[in-house]
Amino acid sequence: MNDVAPNKRIVFEDVSKFYGEVLGVNRVNLSIPSGITSLVGPNGSGKTTLMNLMTGLVEPTRGRISVLGLSPRQPEELFRLLGYCTQYDSFPRGLTGYQFVYSYLRLSGCGHAKASELTVQAIDRVGLGEAAQRSIASYSKGMRQRIKLAQAICHNPAVLVLDEPLNGLDPLIRAETIALFRALSQQGLHLIISSHVLHEVDVISDQVVLLSNGYVVAEGEIRGVRDEIQEHPMQILIRCNNPGALASQVFLQDYVVEARLHHDGRGLLVKTRDADRFYLLLNRIAQNGIDIESVAPADDDVLSVYEYLIGTEEPPQ
Amino acid sequence: MSVRELPWSLWRHQIAAVVRLELKKNLFARRGLWIYLLALAPVLLYAAHSFFVIKSRWRGNFGEETHHFAAVFQFFYLRLVIFFGCVGIFANLFRGEVLDKSLHYYFLAPLRREVLLVGKYVSGLLAAAVIFSCSTLLQLVALYWYFDSNQIQDYLYHGNGLLHVAAYLGVTLLACIGYGSIFLAAGVVFRNPLVPTLVVLLWETINGVLPPLLQKCSVIFYLKSLCPVSVPAEITLDHGSPLAFLAVNVNPASTAMAVLGLLTLSVAVLALSSLRLRRMQIDYGVE
Repeated sequence: MNDVAPNKRIVFEDVSKFYGEVLGVNRVNLSIPSGITSLVGPNGSGKTTLMNLMTGLVEPTRGRISVLGLSPRQPEELFRLLGYCTQYDSFPRGLTGYQFVYSYLRLSGCGHAKASELTVQAIDRVGLGEAAQRSIASYSKGMRQRIKLAQAICHNPAVLVLDEPLNGLDPLIRAETIALFRALSQQGLHLIISSHVLHEVDVISDQVVLLSNGYVVAEGEIRGVRDEIQEHPMQILIRCNNPGALASQVFLQDYVVEARLHHDGRGLLVKTRDADRFYLLLNRIAQNGIDIESVAPADDDVLSVYEYLIGTEEPPQ
Repeated sequence: MSVRELPWSLWRHQIAAVVRLELKKNLFARRGLWIYLLALAPVLLYAAHSFFVIKSRWRGNFGEETHHFAAVFQFFYLRLVIFFGCVGIFANLFRGEVLDKSLHYYFLAPLRREVLLVGKYVSGLLAAAVIFSCSTLLQLVALYWYFDSNQIQDYLYHGNGLLHVAAYLGVTLLACIGYGSIFLAAGVVFRNPLVPTLVVLLWETINGVLPPLLQKCSVIFYLKSLCPVSVPAEITLDHGSPLAFLAVNVNPASTAMAVLGLLTLSVAVLALSSLRLRRMQIDYGVE
């Protein structure tokens, strides 16, 4: 994560946060580029603290944070380019969904016409158009989640910080919301997402930050993170017409730790300590009569990396 | 950046946006109902008084009633009704949002926290001014209700009546300004505003017996200086009344100094609050 100028990144420099005696995060050094970055970790690992630090809701005990070159202590400038959808499920009293988003834009200094236009756009984008004039108090959990998202994106920010944004959404809305995140990411936005739904993180993330007990235990593109975990051999699933013959050949190599027939009988799951040499071996085998349909890493997803690095402190979903 | 280059127009719009959001909450919140009842209490008192006077066919004395009003205004209305009403309105401007877990929405807007503080203060002030000015006017109406209309017209247009009404309204507004700033600060600085409220109440109560310099660090000193009618002679130190120390104002400030002093005190308190607000963190977990 080092190829972009610092003022186009979100940078944490030796950041620690203590709540009295309790550790929030400790000695965090991160440089986050654009794209979707997921913060992954069990409850209490420091995900929300990191988000609150980068948005200035809490101040670091030590260290320095900059968001695209701005300090979180400059809210009047920072929040022109940052939107934050928090995990707090509470709202100002007595507002409709429309008023909730509209009032945020008026607070930003937008005039009535501009604020109305942006409000309608944002609410339509999260699919709440029909419920916009209803009181938020009557919204379901999923609708409350979406109206918060609408407020976070209404001013077209360059950085979007989303704390468990998929919580409470039904499968259809969840898929639409993920598509929205992808579209925003393709526009060059920084999306920082915390989630404990690991298979969703895996699907949407360009990079991940794995947290445990307030420490960053790994960061980067998920495949890169996986490659650095030396103590767990890489798992590769090979689909072929003769997995038994393939197994007998790969077993001869000292860097192959284990080879197991796939339960459907049409593939072989191999654990190897040297993936590069194994792929070269597969090329040779493919030229010698075994018809290989596909080769795919089986454990370079967030779930596996999470289990390798963090263990089972909290059962992942 | 010079003062002229500051984004005054943006700040004005942002303050107006905060006021629009807050005013509705301050004026129509169900949990603020007790403030209306508190403001209504002296009105009911005077209405009951007038009712019994009419019933007993007793002819009231205009001068006496004017002095009674002055005493109730100073000892009850300023010191208790407006005081605690301002606690209810201003201490909750930030504290209430923390308890509702909704303060972060303001902190996540591109809004200087000083601007937020001014916006919230103005909204509280508008609400307090409306509630307590109406109460002051209604009290006067209720008190003088049973008098002959000629007597009332004489008092208003040929005596000092209109001047007194304006002065009482002015003092009411200044009380909201002064106590408002103090209790807004209490809501920003303290997790539980009850303790600072009691401390301020004690400070305001003993103000009359404090050294002259310390007297100037209170709201009631300036308000007493501005009241148009002095309290009845029975309530003075000479008469050994238990309320005497509340009434005494040995060296009252001139009108200009009193207004200026109170405004300076309020601005200083608000400036200190804004410093604290700039460092305020969102941590609902400990509430």
